[in-house]
Amino acid sequence: MKQALEKIELAAKAELEKISDSAELENLRVKFLGKKGELTAIMKQMAALSAEERPIIGQIANSVRSDIEAAVTKKAAELKAEASKRKLIEERLDVTLPGKAPKLGKLHPMDVVMHEIEDIFIGMGFDVVSGPEVEYDYYNFEALNIPPDHPARDTQDTFFITDNILLRSQTSSVQVHVMEDRKPPIRILSPGRVYRSDAIDATHSPIFHQIECLVVDKGITMANLVDTLNMFLKRLYGEDAKIRLRPHHFPFTEPSAEVDIVCFNCGGKGCSMCKGEGYVELLGAGMVHPKVLANCGIDPEVYSGFAFGLGLERVTMGKYGINDLRLLYENDLRFLEQF
Amino acid sequence: MNLSMKWLADYVKVDKPVKQFCYDLTMTGSKVEGYEVEGEDIDKVVVGKLLSVTPHENSDHLVVCSVDVGGTEPIQIVTGANNVKAGDLVPVALDGSTLPNGVHIKKGKLRGVESNGMLCSLGELGLTKHDFPYAIEDGIFILQEDCKVGDDIRDAIGLNDTSVEFEITSNRPDCLSVIGLARETAATYGLDFTEPEPKYNGIKGDVREYLNVTVENETLCKRYIGGIVKNVKIGPSPRWLRERLRASGVRPINNLVDITNYVMLEYGQPMHAFDARYVSGHEIHVRNAKEGESITTLDGVVRELSPEMLVIADAEKPVAVAGVMGGEYSGIMDDTVDVIFESACFDGASVRRTSKKLGMRTDSSARFEKGLDPHGCMPAILRALELVELLGCGEPLDTVIDSGLRHRERKTADFDPKWINRFLGTDIPREEMVKYLERIGFEVVLNKVVVPSFRVDIECKADVAEEVARFYGYNNIPRAELTGVANAKLTPSQQLRRKLENACTALGLYQIETFSFISPKYYDKINLSADSKLRKSVTIRNPLGEDTSVMRTTVLPSMCEVLSRNYNLRNPEAALFELGTEYIPTEEGKLPYEPDRLAIGIYGGGADFYSVKGIVEEIFEMLGTEEVEYEAAGDDCGFDEITMFHPGRVAVVRAQGKPIGILGEMHPDVAENYGIGTRVYCAKINVDMLLELGSAAKTYKPLPKFPAATRDISLVCDDELPVAKLEKLISGAVGSVLEKIRLFDVYKGEQIADGKKSVAFSIVMRSAEGTLTDEQADAALKRVKKALAEIGAEVR
Repeated sequence: MKQALEKIELAAKAELEKISDSAELENLRVKFLGKKGELTAIMKQMAALSAEERPIIGQIANSVRSDIEAAVTKKAAELKAEASKRKLIEERLDVTLPGKAPKLGKLHPMDVVMHEIEDIFIGMGFDVVSGPEVEYDYYNFEALNIPPDHPARDTQDTFFITDNILLRSQTSSVQVHVMEDRKPPIRILSPGRVYRSDAIDATHSPIFHQIECLVVDKGITMANLVDTLNMFLKRLYGEDAKIRLRPHHFPFTEPSAEVDIVCFNCGGKGCSMCKGEGYVELLGAGMVHPKVLANCGIDPEVYSGFAFGLGLERVTMGKYGINDLRLLYENDLRFLEQF
Repeated sequence: MNLSMKWLADYVKVDKPVKQFCYDLTMTGSKVEGYEVEGEDIDKVVVGKLLSVTPHENSDHLVVCSVDVGGTEPIQIVTGANNVKAGDLVPVALDGSTLPNGVHIKKGKLRGVESNGMLCSLGELGLTKHDFPYAIEDGIFILQEDCKVGDDIRDAIGLNDTSVEFEITSNRPDCLSVIGLARETAATYGLDFTEPEPKYNGIKGDVREYLNVTVENETLCKRYIGGIVKNVKIGPSPRWLRERLRASGVRPINNLVDITNYVMLEYGQPMHAFDARYVSGHEIHVRNAKEGESITTLDGVVRELSPEMLVIADAEKPVAVAGVMGGEYSGIMDDTVDVIFESACFDGASVRRTSKKLGMRTDSSARFEKGLDPHGCMPAILRALELVELLGCGEPLDTVIDSGLRHRERKTADFDPKWINRFLGTDIPREEMVKYLERIGFEVVLNKVVVPSFRVDIECKADVAEEVARFYGYNNIPRAELTGVANAKLTPSQQLRRKLENACTALGLYQIETFSFISPKYYDKINLSADSKLRKSVTIRNPLGEDTSVMRTTVLPSMCEVLSRNYNLRNPEAALFELGTEYIPTEEGKLPYEPDRLAIGIYGGGADFYSVKGIVEEIFEMLGTEEVEYEAAGDDCGFDEITMFHPGRVAVVRAQGKPIGILGEMHPDVAENYGIGTRVYCAKINVDMLLELGSAAKTYKPLPKFPAATRDISLVCDDELPVAKLEKLISGAVGSVLEKIRLFDVYKGEQIADGKKSVAFSIVMRSAEGTLTDEQADAALKRVKKALAEIGAEVR
């Protein structure tokens, strides 16, 4: 009987070797281990054995059964692994085919840049405020130290609605509203549309966007202005951004400055983009004129402030290398898709 | 302002290369736009002497010249000009030379005869008769200059100045002059500068015998000085004067007129010269124009004058528009004998208004309108008389007539070095500040500065701080970080805008930016009714054109234009949004209301009515707006733009009962107006109302513990019945166990009678108390069927 058992084990292992799919394996399991299988048949003969032989043969029989079971389990695992490997190979895809997803839209490039600038200033503690685009002459000019017949009005050809209502020609008008409405300390940023009577061409538009910045508090200095400009422009253009300030004149600031940035194109060597100067004009800035503070009910002997304003179109065009301002307002999808 | 560097050198010696000079002046506040080196584009052109001029063997029009150009041998040049003869000195462009406009001259053969260069005309050197009045325009420039054969032509004719173009800001009319810029130059480099004092001898005589001046309006004329020059000899100015005018961009005319221009450029004080014969009664009256008066100005145009305009009049009539332009009749002519020079100071605002109203801006008016210094009148007229004597072109009387200065006290401003340093954030020693200020003509007296009269812009201590800062160097000001606590965040309305932008882009829309002003015709294009309130726009009084003449009262036409443009550019599909402003007129004389609006526009890409509706639904879902309903819109839906929509495919969006938006398919007539040959879908949402409505506070609801029961129901009803009504009915019938009702089919066609439709819903029910039994679910379904039956819907 011992020999019979060993024979079964050998036969089972030999057959296992040849098996290549899970159905055959099941057949084999039934054949050797099933209720009607060969091993069960032998076990049934156990009763005929002597009391001495029975435990010995029983032990052998159990060991044969567990050996066969282990071999079957192992084979099953092997077959499963093979099958799954095969399936994975069959399921291989061309990963270079395009993906499927709902198409995302995009923000207009000016709004992308506007958000970037707003976020920089919010990080520096500036509130974002807006003001009316159709505005009283007083807020756009008079309160900003530009009385009627002031020559500075010539440089900002203005659209008028009535004698004293106009389309604001600068976001500086918001300075006046803010200073009238709030007590210092004031730190605000005011982006928005402004209007000037310029025919549209590659560099001009009768509508464009300005971003105005105003700080008023006790002890604000021109050194604060220089630092804020540097911080802002380095955050916008990167740590390498280099600026210079040039004396200029605006009726609502004193001292006034124009701020140039080292040409993005040539890095300051001088090229056609910067007309050989190495710098590109970027924005106007200055210390808030004492008369403007006084016009807004803020005592210039106690408080001082600085302000600057930059053109969003110019920054956007510079950032993306756009060479024609008109593209920003034509809204051709082939343009909008690029940002 | 174009500055001649040679002229500048009369007053201050600059030994910097011109590029450096331009940079340095820019950095102290006199912005240089660019510079031009005269004759820069001329190369290898020399003075030549014609040794012989002989006929050309093969041409009647050409002559062959032998020219001495200073070399060992004369050279042969063929020319077509007929004004040359042996002995003439002429400009010769040698072989390999360059002329203005990039013209290159090379030797060659003309009709078989060798020509080794070209004889040049005025034009070929970039000049005109104004530069050399003795030369002719159509022929070779025969030189009458003091020069030698072989000299570079640029030195020979004085074409070797450098002209620097300054952009002078409106507060510094004093820098619109050679002397003003010389002062700035000297201050920039720390050089000495003394203002010249013009002197002349003149002939003895009482000016009052020749001229009487009455200033009738002292507010608009702060000073008037008249000077007399007798027995003038009108002719061209000497070359040095013409050269300086040319380098300054002013055309030479004749000596007397050139002197007035020269003085204006040098001193910044506009001058005028009258022919004394035509100043009737030897009288000058500075007065307002009378009603109905007119004058023919120097440019030959008749100008109607009005009483607010200041004129210079003689005993009878205006002879000049004060500070703007002289009259043609009293101008300098070739036979003028006696001349009256005017050097006056007129009110800036008045000159500006007059010049604007008459539509003529002159060098003179541009200076006056910035506000000039009355002290500047005297040195200017003295300089003019000095020049007359220097040029020997007349006999100036040794006295002038002066209406006088009304304000003689000198202007002062506070000088507080501590304050200046605090204001600038600097640490500049007092002595250093004093040095900067004295260089530009300020006088420091204790805690005050006495401001030179020509500095009309200086009023307060901040102005003084700027003067210190610009010579200290703006870029030497240190950086100091802003201190103090400031916390900032976007306001609710700014956050809303950002949310809307994010939602729209996530839904596949591209953002657009359009002009806020439109053409009134745009209202017709969207078929707006004739009496719509939207046609009442804020109107621009001085628009660029009709297309940009009114502020839009609705954002939708701008969107339609952009859709149309993209369609015509053959972009196959477009899905766009704009967060724009509308400008709604309020009361007369008050500012309009400027609400934010969201406009959406879609065509192509399989879009239909439900695409735009889906987008709008998602937006409200994202915002959490409560009680949003969509209804078929009628004329009274609250949006006048309804006319641009397909009447059967337009919905008004109500939130909490208020109309907040409109969406639908574009009316085919409107699509035709825009030239769009496909179906277009648009929507508009009143963003301003979204904030007022607010959004539901979000609170967590526990996740369900018990399973749901789902029942599908299919019914046939009248086609007219809106699905939203069925949904409402079913929801009501199911009652509190309703979790969700989902539409999964709407069908019309075969097997469904005409005028009917088949609708199928899936109803999900769930109880928080326990598992719903089949009996409970079926009972609910029974209620639904009963309710549907009541409205005549047949459950299948």
